Amino acid sequence: MDFRFDEDQELLQSTVREFLQGEVTPESVRALWETETGRSPELWKQLAEIGLPGLLVPEQHGGMGLCEEEMVLLIEEAGRAALAEPVISTAAVAVPLLGEIGGNLANEWLPKIAAGEAIAAVGHPISPFVEDAHVANLLLLPDNDGALHAVPRDAAEVKVQPANDPSRRIASVEFKANESTRIASGGAAAGLFAASLDRGALACAAGTLGVCDRLISLAAAYASERKQFGKPIGSFQAVKHMLADIKVKLEYARPLVQRAAHSVAHGSAARGVHVSMAKLAACEAATLGAKAALQTHGAIGYTWEQDLHIWMRRAWSLDHAWGRSAFHLGRVREALFAGTLPIGPGTTFSGDA
Amino acid sequence: MDLDYTQDQRAFRADARKWLEANVPSEPLKSFDTAEGAKQHREWEAQLNAGGWAMVPWPVEYGGRGANLLEWLIFEEEYYRVGAPKRINQNGIFLLGPTIMEYGTPEQKARFLPPMAASEEVWAQGWSEPNAGSDMANIQAAASRDGDHFVLNGQKTWASRGAFADWLFGMFRTDPESERHRGLTFILVPLDLPGITVRPIEQLDGLPGFAEVFFDDVRVPAEHQLGEEGKGWNVAMATAGFERGLMLRSPARFQATAKRLVELARLHGDAVERSVRDEVTRCWIAAEAYTLETHRTVSRLLAAGKIGAEASLNKIFWSELDLRMHELALEILGDRGELLPEAPAAGDVGGWLDGYLFALSGPIYAGTNEIQRNIIAERILGLPR
Repeated sequence: MDFRFDEDQELLQSTVREFLQGEVTPESVRALWETETGRSPELWKQLAEIGLPGLLVPEQHGGMGLCEEEMVLLIEEAGRAALAEPVISTAAVAVPLLGEIGGNLANEWLPKIAAGEAIAAVGHPISPFVEDAHVANLLLLPDNDGALHAVPRDAAEVKVQPANDPSRRIASVEFKANESTRIASGGAAAGLFAASLDRGALACAAGTLGVCDRLISLAAAYASERKQFGKPIGSFQAVKHMLADIKVKLEYARPLVQRAAHSVAHGSAARGVHVSMAKLAACEAATLGAKAALQTHGAIGYTWEQDLHIWMRRAWSLDHAWGRSAFHLGRVREALFAGTLPIGPGTTFSGDA
Repeated sequence: MDLDYTQDQRAFRADARKWLEANVPSEPLKSFDTAEGAKQHREWEAQLNAGGWAMVPWPVEYGGRGANLLEWLIFEEEYYRVGAPKRINQNGIFLLGPTIMEYGTPEQKARFLPPMAASEEVWAQGWSEPNAGSDMANIQAAASRDGDHFVLNGQKTWASRGAFADWLFGMFRTDPESERHRGLTFILVPLDLPGITVRPIEQLDGLPGFAEVFFDDVRVPAEHQLGEEGKGWNVAMATAGFERGLMLRSPARFQATAKRLVELARLHGDAVERSVRDEVTRCWIAAEAYTLETHRTVSRLLAAGKIGAEASLNKIFWSELDLRMHELALEILGDRGELLPEAPAAGDVGGWLDGYLFALSGPIYAGTNEIQRNIIAERILGLPR
């Protein structure tokens, strides 16, 4: 057993981190808020060049052929940078879904996604909205009977619903379901939606780690500079302890996310529970982190011109996406109280007991 | 990332399980903070040692079996899985032992570690003084050099296991002109020397778990100094790191508690409100998170990493989790939650109250959680002092 990332994985993460530090700034995030789509095709192209959209695309389709273990590291960086591009919807959810659907649909779309030439968005019965539908070339959507359909965006009516986070673009989507759009129904569709939910929630949890870390560092930097009563406010225990508590929550959410990534990548039977544990813990850390960072900043943090709210809003939007905390807590609670989970010492890793 | 065990690790687990299932006492032992319980625990420790399971991660020459940290985690899982007794010599085996391995001379290692592993010599902590608790740099107890001896004068207090221990470890001020954390020396003291008075103190649970120890011209051979004279602070910080972090608080302990808590909540069925079941669920997730994080740390340590200030993260996490789990259990038990184990109506629930009283000490000892938060804020987040 070795619960660490290897050097290649860490190198990939630091490469993406450096790229995003250079290309995605609070100014560039804000500039995109003013645009109609909120997305930058140029940046998406650049991300494709470093392999991000095609991370999970098999090599024969022009992707990197990596797995969710790498994916969570990169999406954490996307969160740290508050990147607005559709990394979660396209790279983390649509790509593996297309891979599972297979056939012509996969052959056609996976190379385009890997090349940065196409975006795909995935709807789910859990939510009335589809993230990034307005820029997607391909929509993978549920109908009212729980069947899965593949619909070109041109054939659907997409209504963007302005949301609290100006970077998050969610839409209600209407389309005409018919034989030619239907990909799967019944149990097969349910299985695909369940897998998508796990992947979406895992990606949100990973992004949230980066968001939370950024919130803590913004608050720590401000608290070290800002003086009151002749001292930096970061020297006051009330401020120190509030931020230390968030750091504890963040660092204990992290291994849950990493284990969930491993479970999803390896198709573990417990992956749904593992993902829910991860999303719950990560979103709790980040939503509390948002409150603590705002409290640390005081009134200046309550303004639009201060950058803090970029990450506060991202923490909230990731909490909303792919199942809110109450949903994921419920999933774990039901499994735990049903007695179907092995629990206690020696049950954490497969093959222990 | 490889989250599977090897064949060797599985075989190690099977060996540990087999021995423990055959040897663990069928009746729970009395508390080691009673004379009778202390005797029972020493007997159990001797049995563990005879089986070769007393200190699995220690080198063979010091009474261990040379297991690595991952195997130690596996052993701990098996130990808690069968509900084996708490370790009476935890101050020795988990705190002082690793410190001696790091700072001790070859003679000290040979002299102290084997009887420690066997719990033939049980150790008490001599950390605190009446005016030096979390502010440990304020230590006043003095050790003055007289030839090849130190002469100790002063007082230690809240010495855990002090009432039934054989030895005490602690810091003494060897330079009377010194201030704060300079001029302190780490000294190992036999508690049967002339001039030592041990006065047991009853703890919150009514048992003499603490002691006050008074030193009145006590002569200790100078070879009992651990590490350099005047550099005791560095030695003590290593010990404190072990106490906050990995060794003392193996994840299996909290997983065992979480499992009991889930079973208790299940047993009470629909009488347990959903908000309480939610909290129980969060606690179980937290116990899992602690387990995963410990495995991550152990993976790093096995690859030659080091533990630093993040031991403070551990300390807050496990101590608050432990307390929350016991609070929830008492909430689920309702009126029976206030019963002592010997109450006729207690049934099998009394242990939760004992556990609760013990868990209350978690946020205090090993450096209060307030001190840990300061360490995190200053050393990890870089906030100003």
